[in-house]
Amino acid sequence: MIFAISWNWSLDGWIVLAGILAAVSAALLGNFLVLRRMSMLGDAISHSVLPGLAAAFFISGTRNSFPMFIGAVFVGVLTAYLTQWIRGMGKVDEGASMGVVFTSLFALGLVLIVQGADRVDLDPGCVLYGAIEQTPLDQVQLGGVGVPRAVVTLGIVTAINTLFVLLFYKELKLSSFDPALSTSSGLSAGLMHYLLMTLVAITAVASFESVGNILVVAMLVVPPASAYMLTDRLPVMIGLSVALATLAAVLGHLGAMAVPAWFGFESTTTAGMMAVASGLIMLLALAFAPRHGIVVKWCNQRWLAISILCDDIVALLYRREERQLPCVVLENELCRELQAGTWSIYFSLVWLQQRGETTDANQQIALTEKGRDRARNLVRSHRLWENYLASQAMVDGNRLHGLAERFEHFTGRELREQLDKEMDAPSHDPHGSVIPVEKREEGTSL
Amino acid sequence: MNNTLSESSATATKAIPLSIDDLTVAYHRKPVIWDVSLDLPAGSLVGVVGPNGAGKSTLLKAVMDLIPRASGRIKVFGESYADNRGRVGYVPQRESVDWDFPVDALDVVTMGLYREIGWCFPVRKKHRQAAMEALRRVGMADLANRQISQLSGGQQQRTFLARALVQDADLYLMDEPFAAVDASTERAIVDVLRDMRARGKTAVVIHHDLQTVAEYFDYVVLLNMRVVAHGSVKDVFTPENLQKTYGGRLTLLDEVTEAMRHQRRKL
Repeated sequence: MIFAISWNWSLDGWIVLAGILAAVSAALLGNFLVLRRMSMLGDAISHSVLPGLAAAFFISGTRNSFPMFIGAVFVGVLTAYLTQWIRGMGKVDEGASMGVVFTSLFALGLVLIVQGADRVDLDPGCVLYGAIEQTPLDQVQLGGVGVPRAVVTLGIVTAINTLFVLLFYKELKLSSFDPALSTSSGLSAGLMHYLLMTLVAITAVASFESVGNILVVAMLVVPPASAYMLTDRLPVMIGLSVALATLAAVLGHLGAMAVPAWFGFESTTTAGMMAVASGLIMLLALAFAPRHGIVVKWCNQRWLAISILCDDIVALLYRREERQLPCVVLENELCRELQAGTWSIYFSLVWLQQRGETTDANQQIALTEKGRDRARNLVRSHRLWENYLASQAMVDGNRLHGLAERFEHFTGRELREQLDKEMDAPSHDPHGSVIPVEKREEGTSL
Repeated sequence: MNNTLSESSATATKAIPLSIDDLTVAYHRKPVIWDVSLDLPAGSLVGVVGPNGAGKSTLLKAVMDLIPRASGRIKVFGESYADNRGRVGYVPQRESVDWDFPVDALDVVTMGLYREIGWCFPVRKKHRQAAMEALRRVGMADLANRQISQLSGGQQQRTFLARALVQDADLYLMDEPFAAVDASTERAIVDVLRDMRARGKTAVVIHHDLQTVAEYFDYVVLLNMRVVAHGSVKDVFTPENLQKTYGGRLTLLDEVTEAMRHQRRKL
């Protein structure tokens, strides 16, 4: 049995719901951390709430109390403030100052917890991955229905964060994109920053007990970063991040129950698996994103390489025609001359024939009239550039060809005309070759 | 220039869009600009010119309180900048913008209206229409819904110009709006600047192309850590001397680099 899962709604249902709420509340805020390039500050805050929790516990002597909550949020915001302060003080950059602040505070928190271990019902392991599995055990009565305390807390935080993002959508967008304009429009970017950090701290504290530290850190960054890969619209990004966070929570819990069983182990920690699931989702987004994805990028790069190779092939044939050399070549000749692989040449030739720019009779490749036009323009661009680089940019003679070889593929008719105009329509390039004249298309003036 | 404008009468001071007195800005104790004193005339186009590292951007940022100043006083329309924020519009340097941010051209222009819209109020149809109108004025109406990294350099600059337009400020600070733009964008920017001047607004523009200074601006500030000269273009701008310092400009090289950069961005 691959999916030997015994699903129990009154247990697993609550666990997954707690996971979803924790993930969604963190992901909502995380969008703006990712866009502000401040993902690490989210991490830092969610770690450094620990000494606040511990200290507040020592002072008030209770758990699950309001003072504890306030103490933790206070230290969280203090992290954001100290980070700015240390950076402002000297030569330490933001990353380093963050590293200093949150590791010190996190360590302090651990020391406090270990010191008071006999009196404290908080163990360091719980700090990392929480106790989401115990969520259903601690219930409060809500309208006659028993609802886990963690679900209530996380539900409230999710509601607050949703409201925050909806209400301050415009302000968050502006202060993230252009803090200078935000501040000069009277919407203080600094205030928005600390408001956001306060909510990050609140979210971290609320999630702390149920889902632990790992999940908050992961959910603040991973779903928004995945969503960012998939879209370039902010509302879509926020929506996607929520969807992906939910997906990660569900898959994480299922995975925690099912995956270890494959290897003969008992089920593992749900919070940890949720974070792993979000990491896998990120990996998929990285590979298949429509614009920034690895697969698409790879295809585009191949495509650009092929189209440049096509350019080179027709230009090679054209130059041969110019020098009255045999104007047909064999495929393997092309491979040698252009130092390209057999496959690349093969694909390029197929494409050129498809476009009717070359013909292929018994592997003898020759230009058609259409291909000749394309080649003429390329060679014209190339020689115009050589001229321009030599006469206007004072580029060394031996570097001319290489530069022109690169520029020619990116030079359209308009730019060629500008080059031509700038140099008063030169007839020859610096090496003495004739610059071919562009064929005017029917019906175009100039 | 005209010294009677400076301190003598309170009413005259009020009219000065930007008055800087003895300004020094330092990074890590190393001065970037020092001892800058300027009074800019109202309703004029002011070009700020100087070599790289002369502190031109620093000057604009100091005016907007975005970086701390070591000493000096800055008055915007006779008051502190904080009191007159709404009357100052800013066009940032291209390099300082996060072009991968998930917003389109229309979003960026609409941001110029956020102050008017107010905290927590949503963007309404009329605001979007106003932003659209500004985009139309700079010839960008067709590209309103394009994500900003998918725009060319000139189009990006026009977008920010449109944003400055909807802000309807009285003093504009522009950090190299003409950098790496195509000829038609350059014309569009000049048209907008002249239109601003006709409506009595003042624009302070960091500019690199010395050949066009005399054509575009009435007043010029020559800056190289300190103010070398400032005054009307006629009086202080001597192209022959400056030409030697800066050399010619190779705009077509900029263009092909831009074309290659744009191609790569799409990958």
